[in-house]
Amino acid sequence: MSFRLSYRADPGNPWFSWQYVRDNSDTILAAVREHASLTGRAVLIAVLIALPLSVLAYWVRPLAGPILAVSGVVYTIPSLALFAFIAPYLGTGTTTVLVGLVLYALLLIVRNVVAGLNQVPPEVGEAAEGMGYGRWGRLFRIDLPLAVPGILTGLRLATVSTVALVTVGVLVGHGGLGQLIFAGFQNNLYKAEIMTGSVLCVALAVVLDLLLVLVARLVTPWTTRRVR
Amino acid sequence: MTVAANPIGQAVVWINDPLNWTNPGGLLDRLGEHLTISALAVALGCLVAWPLGLWLGHTGRGGGLVVLVSNATLAIPTLALLTILPVVFSSGFGRTPVVVALAVFAVPPLLANAYTGVRQADAEARDAARGMGLSGGQLLRRVELPLAVPYLAAGFRTAAVQVIATAALASFVNGGGLGEIIRTGFGLGIAGGGGQIVAGGVLVAGLALLAEVVLGGVERLVTPRPLRRGRQRTGQPRPADATGRA
Repeated sequence: MSFRLSYRADPGNPWFSWQYVRDNSDTILAAVREHASLTGRAVLIAVLIALPLSVLAYWVRPLAGPILAVSGVVYTIPSLALFAFIAPYLGTGTTTVLVGLVLYALLLIVRNVVAGLNQVPPEVGEAAEGMGYGRWGRLFRIDLPLAVPGILTGLRLATVSTVALVTVGVLVGHGGLGQLIFAGFQNNLYKAEIMTGSVLCVALAVVLDLLLVLVARLVTPWTTRRVR
Repeated sequence: MTVAANPIGQAVVWINDPLNWTNPGGLLDRLGEHLTISALAVALGCLVAWPLGLWLGHTGRGGGLVVLVSNATLAIPTLALLTILPVVFSSGFGRTPVVVALAVFAVPPLLANAYTGVRQADAEARDAARGMGLSGGQLLRRVELPLAVPYLAAGFRTAAVQVIATAALASFVNGGGLGEIIRTGFGLGIAGGGGQIVAGGVLVAGLALLAEVVLGGVERLVTPRPLRRGRQRTGQPRPADATGRA
C-alpha cells in the first residue's frame, strides 16, 4: 500500500499553498517591498553615477578604455566575494547590499550608454556644431536624446539582473525575497516558501522589465515603427 | 552595527595560517570542491549547448529561442535554482543538483556564441563549399565549425568565469566550494570572522579573475591572427554579455 503512494508528492509539503501565503502575507509583503526598494535605489544610484562617467568616456576618448576596463574587472568579481569585501567595513546592513548592487549595475549601464553615444552619426554631430550648438547644448539636445535607446537597453539589463542579484544579500540578512527562499531551505525544504519567493522574484523582474519597455515605447516612438 | 577592526590585517593573518589550508574543510578541500563542481557544470553545459547552438546556427532557425534562453536565465536568481533543484531531484544533497543548477547558467553564453559563430560564417565560403559538393553535415564540420572556433572559445570563457563565480553561491545550500569559507566567516560574526570573510573573498575573486585571464589567453591562441583585431569591441556588448552576475 505504501509503495503505491511513494511516488506522489509529499502531501504535507506542497509546491504551492494558499494557506502559507495567507498566514505569512506580512512577511511576504515586507520581503517584496525590501526587494523592490533595494532594486529601485540601486538602479537609480547606478544611473546617476553611470551617466556622467559615460559622457566622460565619450568626450575624452583616451578615458573610454580604462573606464570600461575597470568596470569590467569589477563585473568579473563574484557577488559573494564583493559582499565579503564590503561587509567588514559597512557592517551587515542594507548599505552593504546596495553598494554591491550599484557596482554591478554600473557596468551594464555604462557599457550600453557609451555604445549608444558612439552610435550617434558623425554627420549629425557636425550639423549640430554647424548650427552653433556648444558642447553642452549638443550633449543635451542631440547626443543624449539619440542615445536614449542605448540608455534604456542598459537600464533594462541592469534592472533585471539587479532583481536576481538582490537575493545574494541573504548573506548579510537583507536579501529581500531571497530571505524567503533561504528560510524555506533551512525550514526542512519548505517547498511553498521556496517557490513563493522564487516566483515572486522572477515576476518582479518581468514586471519591471515590461514597465521599462513601456517607457521605451513612450520615449522613443520612432523605434517601434522601424522594427522589421 | 558591527564593523571589523582591521579586516585586511586579519585576512593576512588568517591566510598565513597553514592549518586553515590543510584542515578538513580547509582551503585546499574547498578549492578542490570548487574546481570539481565548476568543471562538471561547464562540461555539462557544453554537452547541451554546443550541439544545439551549432545545429540551430547551421539551419539558421531558432534565433528567437537563443535570445529567449538568455533573457529567461537573466531573470532567474541563482539562489532560487540552487534551492529548487535539490528538492526536485529529491536525491538528498549530492553534487548533482548543484552541478545541474550551475550548468543552467553556463548554457546561455555557450549557446549564443555557438549560434552566432556559425551564423557569422562567410556566406560566400558557404556557397563555395556547397558548390564543391559538400553535404550539409560536411559543410558544418569542415567550414562552419572551424570558422566558429573563436566564438566557441569566447563563449567557453564567459561560461566558465560565470560558473566559477556562481559556484561560490553553492555554499548557501551546503554544496561546498570556496563560498563556504566566506559563509563560515559570517557565521563567526563580522568582528571575529572579518579576516576570514575578506580572505575568502580574495580567493573567490582571485580564482574568477585568474580563469578570465587564462581562458582569455586560450581564446586568443585559438583565434587565427587576422580575426583578432576585428573582434575588438568598443563598448558594444556581445551576446555573451547578457548573462546575469552571480
